[in-house]
Amino acid sequence: MDVNAIVVGNAASGAAYFNGAGKCRACHNPDTDFKGIGARYDPFVLQGRIINPRGGRGPIRPSTVRVTLPSGQTVSGRLVAVDDFSVTMIDDAGVRRSLSRDNEVPKVEITDPYQAHLDNLLKITDKQMHDLTAYLVTLK
Amino acid sequence: MRSLPRLLSVTIVFAAIALAQPQLDQALLGKPPVDSWPTYHGDYSGRHYSTLSQINQTNVKNLGLAWLYRANTNPQGAETGGSVPESVPIRLGPGALAGGLLKSTPLLVNGVLYFSAPDHAWAVDARNGRQIWHFFWKTSGGDHIGNRGLGMYGRWLYLETPDGYVVSLDAETGKERWHKQIADVRAEYFATSPPVVIRNHVIVGLSGDALDVPGWVESRDPETGEIQWKWFTTPRAGEPGIATWPDPYAAEHGGGMPWQPVTYDPDLNLIYVTTGNPNPVYRGDLRKGANLYTASIVALNPDTGKIAWYFQSSPHDTHDWDAAQVPVLFEMDIDGTRRKLLAQASRNGFFFVLDRTNGKNLVTKTFVESPNWFKGIDERGQPVPNPDKDSQPGGTLISPNNGGAANWTPPTYDPDTELLYLNTAQGYEIHYQYQTGGPSFGSSGHTSQAVGGLEASLRAIEPRTGKLRWVHKYAGTEWNPPRPEHLGGLLSTAGNLLFAGAPGGFLVAYNPETGRQLWHTSFDRDMSNTPITYMLDGVQYVLAAAGDTLYAFRVQQ
Repeated sequence: MDVNAIVVGNAASGAAYFNGAGKCRACHNPDTDFKGIGARYDPFVLQGRIINPRGGRGPIRPSTVRVTLPSGQTVSGRLVAVDDFSVTMIDDAGVRRSLSRDNEVPKVEITDPYQAHLDNLLKITDKQMHDLTAYLVTLK
Repeated sequence: MRSLPRLLSVTIVFAAIALAQPQLDQALLGKPPVDSWPTYHGDYSGRHYSTLSQINQTNVKNLGLAWLYRANTNPQGAETGGSVPESVPIRLGPGALAGGLLKSTPLLVNGVLYFSAPDHAWAVDARNGRQIWHFFWKTSGGDHIGNRGLGMYGRWLYLETPDGYVVSLDAETGKERWHKQIADVRAEYFATSPPVVIRNHVIVGLSGDALDVPGWVESRDPETGEIQWKWFTTPRAGEPGIATWPDPYAAEHGGGMPWQPVTYDPDLNLIYVTTGNPNPVYRGDLRKGANLYTASIVALNPDTGKIAWYFQSSPHDTHDWDAAQVPVLFEMDIDGTRRKLLAQASRNGFFFVLDRTNGKNLVTKTFVESPNWFKGIDERGQPVPNPDKDSQPGGTLISPNNGGAANWTPPTYDPDTELLYLNTAQGYEIHYQYQTGGPSFGSSGHTSQAVGGLEASLRAIEPRTGKLRWVHKYAGTEWNPPRPEHLGGLLSTAGNLLFAGAPGGFLVAYNPETGRQLWHTSFDRDMSNTPITYMLDGVQYVLAAAGDTLYAFRVQQ
C-alpha cells in the first residue's frame, strides 16, 4: 500500500477546517506543536491521529479525575485506571489511591484532554478528514 | 444353577448402569431449561432466559464460588480422534488463545457438563468440577478462532472442528463414534458452531471468508452422519434471488457463511438461519446488487432445507458485517394481538423485529448512536447502504468497526420485563481500498486502521419500538471500546436478575428493570462465554467461563 495515495483532499479546505469548524486551533498551532508534523508522520498515521491522537510518538496525556465521597470530601488527581467498580489515581499529593465504586457512589468526574477528538467522532465527514490530512502533510 | 439373589443383583447393577447413561431426553429440547441446559441456547428460542428464581435480588449478594475447572488441553490421557495421523501446526485466528479459550456455552445433561474449545471437548461433573473425560482432535489445520459448543442427541455429542469436520462422540466415554467432513480446510473453510439437534436432524454450519467460496447450512443424520439436505446461502442460476448478483459465478463465490447456531420454532417447524458477509469482502463493485442471502435472516424447513422467507439485515454489505447474531424468538402482545416475533441486534448497529411467521418487518432502529454507513430504510425495513461509505483510497471513517455494534455472543430476552439486553460497542475504523481495479478475493486490496471509539455499554431495548429503556455505559471504555463478544453473552432469570460480563474481567448481576448493579465478581480476564444457570440437587448454580477456566457459583449459606 502506498501511504501517500491516501492524500486525496484539498489542503486549503483542510486549513480552513483546522482554523474554523474543526476547532483544531483551540489546542494546536502549525507554528508550534504542529510544526513539522507532516514530516514526523506518514499520511496514513497522520490521518489516524486526526481521529484518535492517543498513541503517537509523545506520551498519552492523562485524564484528570475528581472523586466526591459521600461525606462531601473530594479527592483529585491524575487518572491511572477506572472501571465500573474502582478508580485509581495519583492524587494531587503524589499518592497512589484506589477507591471502590458502588453504582454511582462515590461520584467520579473525569476530564479527558482529548475530549474534543471524541466529540468530533460523530461530526467529522470523510471530506473534512481528507482535507485536514492534505493540509497537515504540508506542515513539513 | 444361579441363585435368585445373584440374578437380582446383576439386574440391579445393569439398571444402575442404564440410569447412569448420559441419555438426553429429546423432549427437554423444546422446554425452558430448569435442571438441564441441553442446547447451546438452553432451549430453541435463543432467549437465554431461565425460569429459576432461587437466586434472586434478595440473596444474589451472597453468590460465591462453588468450584472451578481449568481446561485441560494436554493430549496425554485424552481420547483422541482426527483427520490426520498426527496433529499439524494450527493457525490462531483473532481472539483465539493458545491453550484453549472457552467461548463454549456448556450443555448440562443428567448432572454432567459438556463443553468445547478448538480441537477439544470435555465432560465435567457439575457437582464438583471434576473432569470425567477429555477428547482431543488431531487437526489437519484451520482457523482456531474459537469453538462455541456442542450439540446432543440421546447419548451422542456433536463437535465441529477447525478443519471442517463434525465429530460424534459417546457422551459416556468421550470416544469418537464417527467424523464426517463438512468442508475442505484447504479452501479456508473452518467450523466453530454448536450443532443444533432438531428431532432427527443435526444442523451444522461453517465459517470462512478468506477466499470467495460458497456458504451453506446442512442437516445430517444423528446416527450415521450422512447428509439429509444442504441449503446454499446464495442462489444458483435460475433460482430466486440470482438477480441480486451480477452473474451466477459471483453468486456461487459470494460467501455468506452461516457460522452461528440456528433457533427453531416447533409450532411453525421453521429454523432461523443467520448468514455471514458476502465475498469479496470489501469490493462491492465486483458484486453489484443486494447479494442475497448474505448477511440475512432466513427461515428454512428443517426437514427439507426449503426456504420459507428471508430478511436481509445488511443488503450489499461492504464492511464485513455478517448478520450472524442470534435470531431471538419470543411472543409479545402488539396492539392487543399475541404475535410470534423474532428480534436481532445486528453487527451493523440495527435492531430488527420481524413477524417470524412470514418475515415481515415490524421495527428497524439503530441501537447505538454511531452508525454512519447508511442513507435510509427501504420498504422492507432493511437499511440502505450509502455507497460513499464503501472503502476508498483516501479512507472512509466507519462505525461500527469490525467488531460490530454487537457480535456473536447471545443477548437475552426477559419475558418478565419484556426487554432485550445486550453488550454493545461504538468503535470506529478508517477503511482503505488501495486496489480499486482488477480482480479481488477475500479482503485483498483492503486495509483499515482502528481509531478508537465512543464507548461500550450494556443496553436494554424495548422490542415494540426499538427504543432504549436504559443504557449502562462501562467506565473507562472511551477510545478503546472492547469488541462486544469479548465481554461474553448474557443471561436473564425469573429471579429478576440480569447477568452480563463487563470490561475488566467482571461478571455482574443487574436489576433488569433499571440497570443497577446488585453483585459482581472478577476474573483474571474478561468473561469469554455466555453464562448459564440450572438447578442441581435443589441448588441453583450460575456458570461462566473466563479464559481457560469455568467457574460455578451458588448462594453461600
